Parts: sequence; C-alpha cells; structure tokens
Amino acid sequence: MDRFEYIEARLFEGENYLKREKNVKIYDGEDKTQYVDGEVVLTSHRILWGKPGDIPKGLTCLSLPLYYVFCLEEESSGVFGLGGPKRIILHLGPALPGKRPGPAVVSPYHFVKFSFKDGIDPLFYKALSEAVNAKAWERSTPLTSPSSESAVTSTRPPVAPVNSKIRSGIVGIERSIEEQHRATDESISVAFQDLRKLMEKAKEMVSISKTISTKIREKQGDISEDDTVRFKSYLMSLGIDDPVTRDTFRSDSDYYVGLAQQISDMMVAVLMDCGGIMSLADVWCRVNRARGLELVSPEDLLNACKLLQSIGAPMSLRKFPSGACVLQLNSQRDEEVARSTSQLLEENGNLTPVKLSQLANVSVLLARERLYTTERLGLACRDESIEGLAFYPNLFLTKSS
Amino acid sequence: MAEITWPWQYNFPPFFTIQPHAETRAKQLEAWQQLITDYLKTTKQSTIDVRESQNCPVFNNATINRKLSQESLLIILEEMGKTGRAAPVDKSKNVWEVYWHSLDEWGNMLYNWASSNGLNNTVCTLFEIREGDNTVGEEFHGLDMNVLIKALKALEVKGRCELIEFDDNQGVKFF
Repeated sequence: MDRFEYIEARLFEGENYLKREKNVKIYDGEDKTQYVDGEVVLTSHRILWGKPGDIPKGLTCLSLPLYYVFCLEEESSGVFGLGGPKRIILHLGPALPGKRPGPAVVSPYHFVKFSFKDGIDPLFYKALSEAVNAKAWERSTPLTSPSSESAVTSTRPPVAPVNSKIRSGIVGIERSIEEQHRATDESISVAFQDLRKLMEKAKEMVSISKTISTKIREKQGDISEDDTVRFKSYLMSLGIDDPVTRDTFRSDSDYYVGLAQQISDMMVAVLMDCGGIMSLADVWCRVNRARGLELVSPEDLLNACKLLQSIGAPMSLRKFPSGACVLQLNSQRDEEVARSTSQLLEENGNLTPVKLSQLANVSVLLARERLYTTERLGLACRDESIEGLAFYPNLFLTKSS
Repeated sequence: MAEITWPWQYNFPPFFTIQPHAETRAKQLEAWQQLITDYLKTTKQSTIDVRESQNCPVFNNATINRKLSQESLLIILEEMGKTGRAAPVDKSKNVWEVYWHSLDEWGNMLYNWASSNGLNNTVCTLFEIREGDNTVGEEFHGLDMNVLIKALKALEVKGRCELIEFDDNQGVKFF
C-alpha cells in the first residue's frame, strides 16, 4: 500500500488510457482497506483508483505506477470455487525514494490485491499484464506531470535499474543470476579484446626482434661479445620466431601438417631431455610457451600430433590403454621402457608411481604408465594395499619355487 | 598343530594382490593353491569359510600387513574348483571344501588300504576309518566326514565298495 501515491487523475504526456473497471476494492496484502467500491483505470504507466466519478472529473485519486509491478497473478477463487477468480494479486518492488505522499507510509506487505466484485474481466487482466511487460515508462522520456508538481517528479531517480534489482522470490533470483551472467560475459569479451590486440602486435614484435638481431650481426664490432650473447639468449627465449598460424594456410589439414612439422622440430630436443616421453598436456604447455602469443588450442595440437607419424617425424602420438595420451620418441620402445623400469625396481625393491616419477624425472602419470607397461611385459607385479599401488620385481616368474 | 613352513611368496606383498598379467597370475594362483592345500593338510582341515578367511593366518600376514581379500580368495577357490581340488558347499559359495587329494585319489587310497589290510568283503565303519587304530599314519586318518563320504561314493560308482547305513552309524564294504 505504501507504493500508492495521491495524484490528480490526469494522464501524463505519452501515457495512454487502456481500460476501465468498476466496483473494485483494494487489499493491502491480506488486509482490507477503506478503498472499496471504487473505479479503476488502467493506463500504460499506472493503475488509478478513485471513487466512482472522481477520475473522469480529474479529482485526486490513488495511483500505483506499473514499474513497481514485477509479477501478477489471479488469486484462486473462493472456498467453493464458484464464479471464477475475483482478485488480481500484484507483487510489488520496494518503494522508491522521492515518491509522492500516498495513503500509507509503510506496509508490511510486498503485494496488493485488486478485488473485482463482478469477477475479473479477462480483457482487463490481459491488458494489465501487457502493460506491465511493455514497460512503456522505460521507452518514453521521464514522466512530467502537467501540474506544478513537475519538480518533484523530475527528482525521482531513474526507474528501470532499480526495477530489475532487489526482488524477492524465484523471479528475483532468476533475474539476479541472469544479470550476473551478462556481467561475466561482458568482462570476458573485454578481456579477450585485449588479448586479441596483443596477438596483433605479436608479429610486429617478432619482426622488430629480427631486425635488431640482424643489426647486431652486422655491427658485431660495436657491441661487445658478451652483450651479443646475452641479447641473443633473450631473443631465443622469445620462442619460435615464426609461429605456424591458421591464417597462412588454405585448409585445416595443411595447417595441421605445418603445425605437426613444427612440433616435431621443437620437441625432439625436449623429449630427449625428458626421457623420450611426455604427456600431451605437458607438450601443449611447452608448445604454447615457445609460441608465446600465437597460441594453439588443445584440439589443434591433438590433430597435429596425430599426423606426426605420417610426416615421418621422429616421434609419434601414443595412447595408453588407460587413455593417457603422450608424445613418444620412436626410439622409445616398450621393451626399452620395461627393461629400464625393471632395473629400477631391482635397485629399489619396490616402486610406487610417485617414487618412480621422482627417480626418472617424469610426471606421475607417465611413471604409472611405465610401470603398467613393465607389468604387461611380465617384468613387474603389483601390490595393492591400503597404502596404495606399488610394484615389485616379478619374482613369481623369475624365482623358481 | 604342526608348524607350517611358509613359502617365500607368503612374505612377498604382491602375493596378496591378484596379478593381471596372465603368466604371472598363473604362477601366483598355483602358489596359492599349494599354500592352501599344505596349510589345510597340516592343520587337518577340509573346509574354508570365505567370510572368516581373514582370521586365518594364511590369508592375513600380519608381519607384512597384507590380507587376501575375499574376492581374491574366491578367484583362487574357483580356480581350484576347475581342477577338482575344491568345491563349494553352499550355493552362495561362502564355504568351500578343499581336497588336498582329489576324490578319486582318496578313493584309491582307501581301497588300497582296505586291500592291503585284507578288509575286502568285510564291513568297517567310517568311524574306524577316520579314527581307528589301524589307520593311524594313513593320510586319510582324521579326514573330514563329508569328504570321506564323497570319496567313498565316488568309489561306489565304480563298483568297488558299497556304503551301508546301520543304526545311526555308517559303514562301508569294500569288494
């Protein structure tokens, strides 16, 4: 009830008359009020309530701006279900500051009911819900009343943002979630704009570094040897100086072949350092680290790695029975792995994947795969206990009973 | 109770995990079967209750803190069942009879004993066979009643003996 205002019954500029209904009672939440047997006029912006005959004469009446309404429903009919619904429930948002005086200052309820003595006219209900949904007040310029009270109206804060904020009920929750999504979306797209700009600059950066390095080479005499070496090492750490990008290829498959070639070139040395085998996730990190800014997606990398064998690279993609994907040097054969692992087993008595990963300097995932491989070839046996999975030299086969 | 000499596998932790590698597994199961048979033979038992297996030192090595799980034991017992060295007593496969000789072997052993003692065509009670003074030193002395009856029934099928019931006692007549 505290959302109602006293106002003279006149239409504002841009406001349209929609519908009229008679014999209407107002409830403040569940409570009856003194406003009975009145006349209701629905406009595109407000609901007006007045004593019969007052509204056409332009006398003072009650006004409920529609921007307070965020949800309306028909109250289910009386105990015996006779005569169809008679009341419309309007769920209201909180009262806004700067509101004109009304019949109540505070109200414990967040809804009001309009009770229609003759039942709800479906057309009225429809017009009301359409008016609420149309939000005519958001489109038009701020309401200016023709009366002298215009000053008061103009101080009213913009309605729309408040309208979609603090709301109770499921609708309120849904709206706030929606808003959060929108905000996240925006911040993501802003973030990526920056990234895109960075990537546009990447090529320039590379070319600048190239010209610098050629200049250095030409003017070898001017700069000391030390400086040159240091600067070169900086340049090296910039990574691949001409990353293979999708733009330079006509089709995806060409792109993948190019990418595969590059991966094979750059990974050979790395793989040798790491014992000949590396999980695909690590490969992805290495490749992107080297590329710097022209990043490749995991999917592109996977597709490129699948082609490694066909382009005759010294390594290939391998999928373990457990589903783990690795890049493996061709020289790294199962038998080799099993033999070295079983040697480690003999030396240590038993090994868990974690322990092996520390000993052999590989990831735990790969260490586990190595142990499984060794087991598959009958050179190890497993021990599952509460302490976890461990592997032992396969005494069952080697030791005669 | 005679002291059991544990095989080396008993103190080898992987022994208590069923191995996935086929060849290894075969060796492991073989070792288990040997161990179970030896243990039961030494302790003169014929049945294993899977549910209570963990209380038995064979399946629970406290020194290396390893236990054979019930599922693993069931795998071993079923493997033994395939070669006729064990058979489930109940349908839920909780209790198993383990034969440290196959039923045929038992039957032959009993028959040979009867023949060599000149007991053919005479009736002797099962009690005599199991607990009698004559059989001390024989392997089937103190053999589980159920196993004994099964062995004799197998022999009966071959027509070399006949099981006889009298009063509340059971006897057997060798031919």
